[in-house]
Amino acid sequence: MSKRIEVNDLNVYYGKFKAVEDVQLSIEPRTVTAFIGPSGCGKSTFLRTLNRMHEVIPGAYVDGEVLIDGDNLYAPGVDPVLVRRQVGMVFQRPNPFPTMSIRDNVLAGVKLNNRRISKSDADDLTEKSLQGANLWNEVKDRLDLPGSGLSGGQQQRLCIARAIAVQPDVLLMDEPCSALDPISTLAIEDLIEELKQQYTIVIVTHNMQQASRVSDRTAFFNIAGTGKPGKLIEYDDTTTMFSRPSVQATEDYVSGRFG
Amino acid sequence: MVATTDTRPMTNSLTAGKLPKNTTVLVLAASLLILTILFVILQLAGATDGFNYVGAIVLGVILFTVAMYAISLAVEGPRKATDRLASILVTAAFVLALIPLISLVFTVVTFGSARFDIEFFTYSLRNIVGAGGGAIHAIVGTVEVTLAATALSVPIGMATAIYLVEYGRGRLAQAITFFVDVMTGIPSIVAGLFAYALFVLFFGPGIRMGFGGAVALSVLMIPIVVRSTEEMLKLVPNELREAAYALGVPKWLTIVKVVLPTSIAGILTGVMLAVARVIGETAPLLIVAGFTSNLNYDLFSDRMMTLPVFVYNQYVAQGQDAQAYIDRAWTGALVLILIVMLLNLIARIVARAFAPKIR
Amino acid sequence: MIAVGTTPPVIKAKQRPGDRIFSAGTLLAGSLILAILAAVAVFLIVQALPALVADPADISGGEGFLAYVAPLAFGTVWGAIIALAIAVPLSIAVALFISHFAPRRLASALGYVIDLLAAVPSVVYGLWGIGVLAPAIVPVYVWLTENMGWFPLFAPPVSGTGRTILTVAIVLAVMILPIITALSREIFLQTPVLHEEAALALGATRWEMIRTAVLPFGRPGIISASMLGLGRALGETMAVAIILSPAAVVKFALLQQQNPNTIAANIALSFPESYGLGTDTLIASGLVLFVITLVVNSIARYIINRRKAFSGAN
Repeated sequence: MSKRIEVNDLNVYYGKFKAVEDVQLSIEPRTVTAFIGPSGCGKSTFLRTLNRMHEVIPGAYVDGEVLIDGDNLYAPGVDPVLVRRQVGMVFQRPNPFPTMSIRDNVLAGVKLNNRRISKSDADDLTEKSLQGANLWNEVKDRLDLPGSGLSGGQQQRLCIARAIAVQPDVLLMDEPCSALDPISTLAIEDLIEELKQQYTIVIVTHNMQQASRVSDRTAFFNIAGTGKPGKLIEYDDTTTMFSRPSVQATEDYVSGRFG
Repeated sequence: MVATTDTRPMTNSLTAGKLPKNTTVLVLAASLLILTILFVILQLAGATDGFNYVGAIVLGVILFTVAMYAISLAVEGPRKATDRLASILVTAAFVLALIPLISLVFTVVTFGSARFDIEFFTYSLRNIVGAGGGAIHAIVGTVEVTLAATALSVPIGMATAIYLVEYGRGRLAQAITFFVDVMTGIPSIVAGLFAYALFVLFFGPGIRMGFGGAVALSVLMIPIVVRSTEEMLKLVPNELREAAYALGVPKWLTIVKVVLPTSIAGILTGVMLAVARVIGETAPLLIVAGFTSNLNYDLFSDRMMTLPVFVYNQYVAQGQDAQAYIDRAWTGALVLILIVMLLNLIARIVARAFAPKIR
Repeated sequence: MIAVGTTPPVIKAKQRPGDRIFSAGTLLAGSLILAILAAVAVFLIVQALPALVADPADISGGEGFLAYVAPLAFGTVWGAIIALAIAVPLSIAVALFISHFAPRRLASALGYVIDLLAAVPSVVYGLWGIGVLAPAIVPVYVWLTENMGWFPLFAPPVSGTGRTILTVAIVLAVMILPIITALSREIFLQTPVLHEEAALALGATRWEMIRTAVLPFGRPGIISASMLGLGRALGETMAVAIILSPAAVVKFALLQQQNPNTIAANIALSFPESYGLGTDTLIASGLVLFVITLVVNSIARYIINRRKAFSGAN
């Protein structure tokens, strides 16, 4: 289920503007990797290149390669739609489909792709995914109500359930807690800890405590100034990054001296 | 409980130089009263025949405006007086704008109810001279032509809007946007001439058929559908599209199964308002669908009567027993207005009832 | 569907058949709009051509197409301008009333009532104009010609029926009022609250706030809304055709029996009985109307788009 990600010499461009430069890193299966760095340093942009979601933005393209268990996402003829079925994503703000019930939201990945699924399989998948997202007990009595009726934290867990229902190998999370209150945040962090057993997880966060709490490894991105491309400054075990980083900029950032 | 006595001094320095609240009402009442008395005197003196309501009200409002300005100028100063004058004029403008609406609805209902009977809805005008007969042929024609126009314009209009919002980039999209705007401004009679010119090419001069009317109406309808659908699609948050893409859903399925269902209520509302807008069009139908007294179900052959043309035709081509023709015209107008209002009402209900809750 | 051979040699992403059909379909619909508009222009020109090149003596009136269409074009523009002169101040006031004077709760309902004016079919306006407004307004016309006849626009002799170009203009004004009001209202509501509050905080009265903050902000919007209203008034057919008592004249007087006809109304009145070159002439005059409205609308759109770029709404 879980897969290894390897990124080689990756550059990301928005039209003529180079947003991220020369990223080189590898992510082990069954780990949580956190991307930290100041706003605009390209960490979210880079995250999106891991499942080709950056292509949604007009004019965005990359060069370099991203290998998932040795398969290059950017090889000619690769279908981004199939990539995204293997690399799921959770967004900054919870975004359940407003026209669908809780159950249909969980099954969205299956139903939207016009795949047939038997009633019992659908029920099993719903229960398994919602339990996987620690939401089953809270919503099992109201699966047919609209997903937008849940609280923000519940909606975000619903989105996680929706993402894991597609059974991806990798789960990308783009600041998944930034729109949530501390209690909901805690629930999501606990969930990440559990999901780690099955998935490779990459999370972008602005909250350094969160990075140190949930992640095994941390990558620090920075920019030299406005209009310059973002760069990967340092990538190491989280404990190392937060206790004795080898680059001065990292230490300044994690200790709160700038950014 | 002990009665709370107001301990503050009766005169607050901040209220100085301000007119009491009910001044406006009092001055308005006084002005109208003065003019009423004046006109009663004029009537009694024989200067006017009957009581001149319009004169009394118009002059009364003018007197009120002048009096309010003068009083406010004396008590509150020039700035406040100008403010009051502006308020009065703006309110008066609104009331003035309502007068035609009220008069129009009142007239249409009064005159229109004369022939608002079963015969009107069950008979055509075939072999009818003078009184009697009905507008069933026109109602059938309007329904058929409008439905055909809707069937032509909704797919084209919606697909264009989807192209503009979801796919369109660069010059082509800009050109389409610009020309949709241009199309919005095409006069309806020009649309009629276009449909006529188009059909002449295939069927020769003098061609009249219901389908031509449908083509003319869709030229008017397409830009309205494009605009409203575009607005609605833009309201769908990008986050929903991204959520679907991240689940590995192809773009076209995302549009069909996420974007359209989310905005369908708004799109339907837009379509119904577009239908309401073109169902009253007269000029293009007069030109290309023509007029007839007979019931014709076939869109593709012969002249076809429609309700707006029926109204026009009854009024301008009055025959023996002119009143019968005029009555039919007004009743046709009443039916037309009822249809338009009903469509508007349904559109609002659809918009309110089926709108998904996006936060 | 697009032929496979046209795909570029560099493969960016695998295209799914569903995606390709769908995007090609929507592209086709979009292009169809361009095609329709081109067809409108081409077909009108083709059908109008015989009238444009015909011997002047054969055209109705016997003096060629230009002499035929000039009074009509004059009537079209003149009627629309008077309608605009009536509708614009009134619309601005009504829009202000809804956006800044009426109680908040009522505002949207009042806006809807004004929108109802736009929903009334033009043929009904025609009936109302000739059946109610024209007879009711005759005394006013009589008074105006008797007391203000020295003013060229009100020159006697007065029309006895009220079917004058001023009556037409009033009805047109009522018809375009909701259009101008709706657009102006939108613009007024978009006035930055900060500007309004800044004015109020300086001790301005409501009217002073509107004059210093709302109206300057809304001016481009008012102008373009007026142009759209003008475009509508120029093309309006049935109300004019029913109400006006027309003649082939060019004159500015508003209250007389003989009034310049408009292009649209002339087509509606003459088309059912026309044949041959007469039909061609009418289509040619429709082409002239098309060009006039096109110019007016393009100017309006140009102003709107320029403003959009400044407001940063997108």
